[in-house]
This record gives sequence, C-alpha cells and structure tokens, in this order.
Amino acid sequence: MKHTITAAQASLLNCHSCDLLCNAPTADNHLLATCPRCGATLHTRKPNSIARTWALVITAYILYIPANLLPVMTVTSVGKVQSDTIISGVIYLLLSGMWPLAMLVFFASVVVPLAKLFILSYLLFSVQRKSRWRPRDRTRLYRITEAVGRWSMVDIYVVTILVALVKLGALATIEAGSGAVFFAAVVVVTMFAAMAFDPRLIWDRLEDQP
Amino acid sequence: MAFKSKASKSMQKKDLVSPSTNLANNGASQLIACHECDLLQQKVPLPNGAAAQCVRCGAELYRHKTNSLDRTLALTLAGVILFIVANTFPFLSFQMRGNETTTTLISGVKDLYQQDMWGLAILVLLTSILVPLIQLLALLYVLVPLKLNRIPWQLARVFRYLHHLQPWSMMEVFMLGILVSVVKLAGMATIVPGVALWSFAVLIFVLAAAAAALDPHMVWDRLDYQ
Repeated sequence: MKHTITAAQASLLNCHSCDLLCNAPTADNHLLATCPRCGATLHTRKPNSIARTWALVITAYILYIPANLLPVMTVTSVGKVQSDTIISGVIYLLLSGMWPLAMLVFFASVVVPLAKLFILSYLLFSVQRKSRWRPRDRTRLYRITEAVGRWSMVDIYVVTILVALVKLGALATIEAGSGAVFFAAVVVVTMFAAMAFDPRLIWDRLEDQP
Repeated sequence: MAFKSKASKSMQKKDLVSPSTNLANNGASQLIACHECDLLQQKVPLPNGAAAQCVRCGAELYRHKTNSLDRTLALTLAGVILFIVANTFPFLSFQMRGNETTTTLISGVKDLYQQDMWGLAILVLLTSILVPLIQLLALLYVLVPLKLNRIPWQLARVFRYLHHLQPWSMMEVFMLGILVSVVKLAGMATIVPGVALWSFAVLIFVLAAAAAALDPHMVWDRLDYQ
C-alpha cells in the first residue's frame, strides 16, 4: 500500500457525525472548527483518546471488583433471606439444571465485560508501543468490542424485572443489591471507554515509517 | 469487479487516492475517508442493496438504500403506535399461591426507585423507555418535513444527537432480560405475558428495521450548507 494516502495526510478529515470530508483545522482556528454541514466539532483524531480511554478502562477495572463481590439482589422468601452475587446466580442456574441460561448469563455478565476490558487494554498497549502487528485484525477486535458491550446490561434488566414481579410481602420479595449499581457502572463506563478509543490510531503507526 | 459477498463490494485499487492526485480538481465530495482507519478513497456508485467496504480495514463505508425516506417513515409510525401500546397495557403478570402481581413496562423502574436505587432506576428508564421514545420522536421530527419537502428547524443538530443516542437504546437487551427472568421464575410461579410484551417484542424488530432502512447520507444531502 505504498501509493495510498490517508485523510490526515491530505490535511482533510471526515466529520464524525455526518461524514462530510472537510479541510483539517489549522493550529490557530482549532477550537472554532465545526463541520460546515452539521455543526459537529471537527477533530482529526478523537481528542486525548489514549489518556481518556485508559482512565475509563482503569475505572471499570476498579468498579468490577465490588460488582462481583457485592450481592446484585436479595431474595426474601418465607423468612429465608438469600443474597446472590453475579457468579452465585450463575451457579444457582447451573445447579437447577438450566445450563443454557447459565451459559447465557455467564457469557453476558462475566465473559463480555472482562473480554472488553482486556481487549481495550491490549489495543491501548499496542498503540502506545507503536505496534504494526495485524492492524486489520486489531480494528476488527475493536469493532466487535464496541458492538457486543451493551449485552452485559442483561443482568441489570433481570434484576429490574424480578424486583417488579416478585413482591408478595412475606411470601416472597426481591430487592436489588448494591452489586447491581457497581455492575451497571462497569457496563456504562466500558461503553464510554470503547467510544473514547480511536481505531485510526492503530493505523497511524503504519504511516510513521520513513 | 470483485464482489466480496453478494451484498458487499470492496473498494478497488483504482479507487484509492494516490498522493499525486490533485485533490482540488477532484473535488472533496467525490472522496470519502474511512472512519476507522482514515484511508482516503473515491466514492463509487453502488448497485441496490450493496455496501462499500474500506479496502484496508474492511469497515463499512456506506450502503445503497432504496426508498429510504418512505420506508423509514412508515416503520417509525408503526413504532410509535407499538410504543404507546407497550407502555400502557399490562406487561407481565406473576401468579403464585393465589397472589397476583401485574406489571407494566415502567413498574420495575418505580420499584427500583422506591428501594433507593435511583441510579439504576434512571439507567433502566433511559435505556429501555426514554431513549427509544426520543429516537422515534426525533425520527418523525426529521422525516415528516423532509417528506413534505421542507427542512425542519435545527435539522442538523437533532439528527446529530440522534446518531449519538443510538448505542443507548437497549430494548433488545431488555427483551433478553425478560426471557431470562421468565425462565428463572417459571419453576415457582405462573407467568402470564400481557399485550404490552408482544408489542414490545414487535417494536424491537420495527426499530431495527427502521435503523436499517435509514440512510443518513440521504438526510445530510438535503442540507444545503453552502
């Protein structure tokens, strides 16, 4: 790909909102540059992408700990009180013989958020180390991460629906636990992290060559 | 022409922009930069239903959509009706030992709020009810005047925000949550699905179809910004 050129090299950039190709802002009008068609602020690359993504990823790692240690819901049934964390909920489903459901919840609540955090950390490392290794696959990895993250919200919705349905006073009541708050925060923060990362940084390293 | 699959067309070598190309003569409107790897490529006309992919990273650059305005408008109108039904009628009923609880879509939000989980309540309210509602209304606001050959006030701003809201509409994830909860409770109680549940399920498909039918470039091209 020797005879190719990126928009940045041509002093152009595309508006992230309406895709219009615009002239890149120069240093002096940097803050004023907005898209002439849709009015969005123009950036050659997402501003401070690496630092912002790292900040959000690290936040999510920290939030992930209480999200898994604290109960996501508490079931009170005829005097018995039982608290469930995400993992104990999965184990309960497994023991009741509902293994397809257990797999689904395990995948959405454990595999997806962790994989997302690991992938984003790896992408950030690879960009910072100026890696040239398989940029196309790394871009694909980013695309998958961005698309799949929202499905982790499943557990939050399950808690919401159970709380609404099971309120029979002394017979059976379900309450949301503080683990759910932390888990929801993990999902939201990782979604923002994926949005903050700019996949074009993966490709910029390839054009640095002499 | 090398077709990657039936419905997608990869950009060709000749569509790449070489450093020697005179950009001023070429006109920037004929060019497109990949939003994922920033490679400049020339736009090519596409056959029906085809999509152009970036040669370098494989991201979808744009897609040809026929009758985008009419189809999106029809689906959005259907979506509004389904949304009203989904939010007013009973959603799920829970029967256990003679006791019965009937819920609507918003009950869960109210109960979370009463349990002092207002953060969760707001998140669920936003992702399952408010954002889809705003999306539907904003689409109507944009598409109805365009259909009547008018430009709505602040079109660019409304359409731009609509684009940013997309990831926060999670009705299909909510539906999966319903499925999981119902299976979980099925052993200990009877769950009766209500009218709202069915319209909610259909609404998910209608909204997905509307999003697929909408061609953002069709809207942006209406804006005469010069």
